[in-house]
Amino acid sequence: MAKIHIGNVSDIDRKGARTILFEGTEIALFRLADGSVLAVENKCPHKGGKLSEGMVCGRAVHCPLHDWKIDLSSGRVCEPDTGSVATYAVEVDPISGAMYLCGRSGRGETAPPDQAAG
Amino acid sequence: MDRKKLVLVGNGMAGIRTIEHVLKLAPEAYEITIFGSEPHPNYNRIMLSSVLAGGADMSEVILNDWSWYEEHRIRLHAGHTVTRIDPLARKVYSDKGAAADYDVLILATGSDPFMLPLPGADKEGVIGFRDIKDCETMLEASRKYKKAAVIGGGLLGLEAARGLLHLGMDVTVVHIHPYLMERQLDETASKMLQKELEAQGMKFLFRKHSEEIAGRKRARELVFSDRTRLEADLIVMAVGIKPNVKLARQAGIAVNRGIVVNDLMQTNIPGIYAVGECAEHRGITYGLVAPLYEQGAVLAKHLAGAETEGYAGSVTSTKLKVSGVDVFSAGHFAETEGARSLRYQDEVDQVYKKIVISGDRLIGAVLFGDTSDGSKLFSLMKKGESVKGREKELLLGFSAQDSGTETAEQRLAAMADDEIICGCNGVTKETIKDAVLTKNCTTVASVKACTKASGSCGGCKPLVQGLVQLYAGDAAGEPAKEGICGCTTLTRDEIVAEMSRMKLQSVQETMHVLGWNNPEGCSKCRPSLNYYLGMLFPESYADEKESRFTNERYHANIQKDGTYSVVPRIYGGVTSPSELKKIAEVAEKYDVPMVKITGGQRIDLLGVKKEDLPNMWAELDMPSGYAYGKALRTVKTCVGSTFCRFGTQDSIGMGVRLEKEFERLNTPAKVKLAVSGCPRNCAEATIKDFGVVAIDGGWELHVGGNGGVHVRATELLCVVKTEDEVVEWAGAFLQYYRENAQWNERTSVWIERVGLESVKKALENKEDRIALFARVKQALSRLNDPWKEIVADGALRKNFEPLPEAASARN
Repeated sequence: MAKIHIGNVSDIDRKGARTILFEGTEIALFRLADGSVLAVENKCPHKGGKLSEGMVCGRAVHCPLHDWKIDLSSGRVCEPDTGSVATYAVEVDPISGAMYLCGRSGRGETAPPDQAAG
Repeated sequence: MDRKKLVLVGNGMAGIRTIEHVLKLAPEAYEITIFGSEPHPNYNRIMLSSVLAGGADMSEVILNDWSWYEEHRIRLHAGHTVTRIDPLARKVYSDKGAAADYDVLILATGSDPFMLPLPGADKEGVIGFRDIKDCETMLEASRKYKKAAVIGGGLLGLEAARGLLHLGMDVTVVHIHPYLMERQLDETASKMLQKELEAQGMKFLFRKHSEEIAGRKRARELVFSDRTRLEADLIVMAVGIKPNVKLARQAGIAVNRGIVVNDLMQTNIPGIYAVGECAEHRGITYGLVAPLYEQGAVLAKHLAGAETEGYAGSVTSTKLKVSGVDVFSAGHFAETEGARSLRYQDEVDQVYKKIVISGDRLIGAVLFGDTSDGSKLFSLMKKGESVKGREKELLLGFSAQDSGTETAEQRLAAMADDEIICGCNGVTKETIKDAVLTKNCTTVASVKACTKASGSCGGCKPLVQGLVQLYAGDAAGEPAKEGICGCTTLTRDEIVAEMSRMKLQSVQETMHVLGWNNPEGCSKCRPSLNYYLGMLFPESYADEKESRFTNERYHANIQKDGTYSVVPRIYGGVTSPSELKKIAEVAEKYDVPMVKITGGQRIDLLGVKKEDLPNMWAELDMPSGYAYGKALRTVKTCVGSTFCRFGTQDSIGMGVRLEKEFERLNTPAKVKLAVSGCPRNCAEATIKDFGVVAIDGGWELHVGGNGGVHVRATELLCVVKTEDEVVEWAGAFLQYYRENAQWNERTSVWIERVGLESVKKALENKEDRIALFARVKQALSRLNDPWKEIVADGALRKNFEPLPEAASARN
């Protein structure tokens, strides 16, 4: 799919997150300490908590509801819990800081069926 | 208002303790007159044996000197013995012609040594051991004479004998029983005690009945029923005490062994009370100081008009005050029917311990040689809690980890595999066992990381620890050295010390310098580091919102569906029609799905969309209630004297003032306050972190309560008189808590860990309180209302809104 311009990296605070609606799915965009941006579906596989509200530690986020820890690169839930969320590819222009969404990169086990087409 | 007349008969420890309490609780209520037979101010009778034994000077035993009586405008008739009470005229008369009217009369006449009615007992050199005069007689006798006999091998007799020994006399203790202190010790402990005292030079005669005291003017010999004799120039009778009830009996007051009182220390005649050794409560008279003080506290509360549950009797403990000997005894030390005992005897170090258990409760203990666990055992006995599974631990000492946990281990081993250990996360014993055996988890921390057991409320941590011990055995990690989270092995105290030593200025820097094994930490350590840095450096540290939990970052409570709730500050729970209208209008405008009254006397708007938060805050135009934070939450109040017919003080005013004084304060964990206007305590102040209960003429300050996971009643910190003092103590307490507790540790857990005494000690000096108060004010001075800050700042506000929807690539 083509890249979609979704804003500028400065729209997100360091170790912070913003959300965006894409094809009916809420996506959480995280800006890590090193400046890179990672995106996952904004829905914890445990009880659907909004991951965008969680605390970013390294390349993982802690869900605000029950502290599940989710690896943002792979979408996988860290031990002792199990599961995964869908991940999305994001590109950031190193000069302008422009941010682009490049579609789904990994599929979460719990993604609802109506999101599977595409 | 005319002050009522209070007369105290008996200038001793129990009576004066009562008066001191009354003065604290109701300083203006009474005009006080005190009669005392001895020509001394109130002194510490218990220390007389130390005076004899050379451990204390006579001046050190004075508890209240003459100026204390003057300061409190108490009329004292020292050297006057009250000889008559006229209950109809409400008047008392002394042997020296003084008289006093009373509205309230307290009898604290104490007790007399029981003098055996032996022929010759009236001779010179025959005394009891009770007061300063007896001490002086002994001192004098020791200068002129050599041989002393003490009749009675109980607590008092041994203390007297030890004193005389110290004064250089040749002392023999004569005892009717086959062994010493039979009322406090079993035979084994008693024999060990005897051996020790013999080594110190004391002599003993057992099973001897004294029959006569021979001599001319002065005693020369003690004659026994078996016609044997003991030479003695000084004979001390220490066979017991009898309550001094003569005066009460003459006045027609009901007397049994002592003066009969009910739970409020009232005698059968209105207006007349009795406390101390002279009083008989539920058939028991006491001769030890702790129960007397407990009685005094109850009576004082009653007299001050404060609510009291009454006196319910005391469990007593004894410590023998004889140098070089450590003896402790409490409760029922003999194995009566249905009771079982555990014993430990070490003849090398001369240590003997015995505990007695009935059902699953500890009911008695005898310790010889090592009494360090005495107070802990005594407190367990008083609490009456179950000691099942801990018996050996109790016997062998609380610190003896290895050998003491045996029964606890067996219990854990016997537990069914599917039994739930961690209720919060539903973790069974089997899961934990599996984690230890197959996943190599050898510490509580690793079990927690692996299974979540003990990860939420933490209440099951001791069980998890026990299971780790059980299944990992020697491989179990050192439990004491558990860092604050899995990212470090450092403890809170070590981290805080390093932060202040190196003046660390950010969470990242701290983790880097202190060698965290996760470079960006985790959701446990990051918020705690952020808190500690803010606490240490309120002026220079810039709070890191990315190291705060969602709730504290967005200043609202996240709900399970990702919506938030809004709780505006309502000081002391007092609102107004216009404020309510405004809240109602905002709730309607933003379609708030639920409006609920909270437990903390505020209003909760639930189900708010995150993007609506800043606008709602702006329209409410009320300060944040911090219902989401580790911070001062509410100050709950009852109506108090403003409207309530029982209220003694303005609890609402006090509560509003406290809330305005400390709102926004960051604390290690949430802090709840309450102010009740009278001891009925409708604001439930005694399950709050800091609870204030108004009493007539003052305020009781209670700390360390909790109404949540582990319900815990507060402990009394102190009683103060003015509202300013309440604020000062509250501020000092909060700051001391901020500086010393672990992050996420409620005051209840913290106080259980460090002990109320250490908190009292830290706050008892005015200078220390002022310094703490200044620091809490400094921290508060840096804080502004977060809602207003977010409303006004676009950079903060953007985080509440989603990015514009991304257009699909196919469009």
